[in-house]
Amino acid sequence: MSIKNIFSKPNKIKKAQEQNDIKAGVMHQCSECKHVTVTKDLQKNLHVCPKCNYHHKINSTERIAQTLDEGTFESMDDHLKTVNPLGFPGYVEKVEIDIAKTGLNEAVLTGTGEIDGRPIVIAVMDSFFRMGSMGSVVGEKITRAVEKATELKVPFIIFTASGGARMQEGALSLMQMAKTSVALEKHSREGNLYISVMTHPTTGGISASFASVGDYNFAEPQALIGFAGRRVIEQTVREKLPDDFQTAEFLLKHGQLDKIIPRNEMKQTLSTIVKLHTKGAN
Amino acid sequence: MEQILPFEKPLIELRAKIDELNSVTTEANIDFSEEIAHLETKLAKLQDEIYSNLEAWDRVQIARHQQRPTSLDYIHAIFDEFIELHGDRNYGDDEALIGGIASIDGQAVTIVGHQRGKATKENIRRNFGMPHPEGYRKALRLMKQAEKFNRPVICFVDTKGAYPGKAAEERGQSEAIARNLVEMAGLTVPVISIVIGEGGSGGALGISVANQIYMLENSTFSVISPEGAASILWKDASLAKTAAEAMRITAPNLKESEVIDDVIQEIPGGAHKNQDEQAVYVAAAIRKGLAELNQLSKDELVEQRYAKFRKIGSFA
Repeated sequence: MSIKNIFSKPNKIKKAQEQNDIKAGVMHQCSECKHVTVTKDLQKNLHVCPKCNYHHKINSTERIAQTLDEGTFESMDDHLKTVNPLGFPGYVEKVEIDIAKTGLNEAVLTGTGEIDGRPIVIAVMDSFFRMGSMGSVVGEKITRAVEKATELKVPFIIFTASGGARMQEGALSLMQMAKTSVALEKHSREGNLYISVMTHPTTGGISASFASVGDYNFAEPQALIGFAGRRVIEQTVREKLPDDFQTAEFLLKHGQLDKIIPRNEMKQTLSTIVKLHTKGAN
Repeated sequence: MEQILPFEKPLIELRAKIDELNSVTTEANIDFSEEIAHLETKLAKLQDEIYSNLEAWDRVQIARHQQRPTSLDYIHAIFDEFIELHGDRNYGDDEALIGGIASIDGQAVTIVGHQRGKATKENIRRNFGMPHPEGYRKALRLMKQAEKFNRPVICFVDTKGAYPGKAAEERGQSEAIARNLVEMAGLTVPVISIVIGEGGSGGALGISVANQIYMLENSTFSVISPEGAASILWKDASLAKTAAEAMRITAPNLKESEVIDDVIQEIPGGAHKNQDEQAVYVAAAIRKGLAELNQLSKDELVEQRYAKFRKIGSFA
């Protein structure tokens, strides 16, 4: 199919349908500026719109590919399975659907790997799996990854992307915030490096736990980062919130971030920081 | 005026009947003593029946009762020599999360706790017990001070949640809570957290990374309010009652799933019926917890806390 054909579709086709066609095909339309890119080119550009610089969401596999040295990633704890502690109707079924859709066992991919030849442990949350929400398995996988990094005395790097704690597991989800925190405290106490990179979206219990306590807290441009939901706040304060409210740029301005890192500089920046924390590397 | 809870209606009606008979007895000089005695027995039985079969939603109502004892009520009832300490040394003083030093049985302790008001005016001053970042940072400052002087920390948890506001976001609500979780994990002194009312999500957890977590029998601890859960799950906040049951947010539920260590018994009808009597039970729990934790070394305290939270979760 040629580019011309895609755009010569008659107007009568519904807009939603049209967008689906573009996404499914060789072309990609930017959800922000509507600019159309060849999907392959967008991929080469790390899924960043070449026109408006919007950083599109990427899945955990793509993130690993962009961040680690090729072929160095070994995933951990893919066998852990979500159960239904509160007996919520349909919960496990919904998880099963996302397992089939994403090929992951839960909303985070963890493992060991290398950045420019230096070993690290990495966790990448995946917002395509139940919005990246954290239940027992996500908490457990992150905790095990942190413990692995502590054991190996290597840096722990996390890319967060999550709407928060997973409601269907109730207080157990909430307590995963504490569980990951005790592991990070030990990792830090033993002098190890922890880097948190917040990507779109990082909210609620994720933002209020491990995402915000890196030795370095970074974010991707325009990522939504915040504790409470925008609508909840609007209802509480009864005032119009600024357009950039709870974006990475807003957080940077208010002193809540070390740096905003564009995707095309991410690997290099992480590599430099890891190097600067390696004894005898300089 | 006393706030009446829906499940107590039959008790109140029966009590009114008894009172009426009593007044008739005195005014008209007719002897109803037999009937009264009968009704009193019936009332005692009914009370026992209702109070020992509380549903999750009933407990939510008790946990939210306006007259339910607050952190300061327990502090004054249980501890000696309490001195409140203010401010986070950075931005301001948050009256929704208070703290200070005191003693119990001669042992110095640091106390922090969410503080709501019982009447509207105080509630406004206390922001309905919903802290801003400076509240969590004040709590952390006092906990680190406790660590320096090697004294235990007692936390009273009683909040709908950390405040969802613009200023709170600007000043780093997320970071303030997250920092507390990590710092509390490493404290080398005993930490006991007691949920006395509502334990609302991250805002409650921000002072709950303790060696021991206790909950009053009619308190709740949840990832989201029953109303919030109902509106997300079923797009209908009026199903909060169903959500309260399904989310397993009560003290007995959470003891069963090993999220908390112990349930503190409440006096019949709930803590608000008699604050001083209730404080006796809370004091006993604190004494028991301190006696246990005072035996542990600094390393053991950190390890015990690690092990305690490390094992929480349900998966295959």
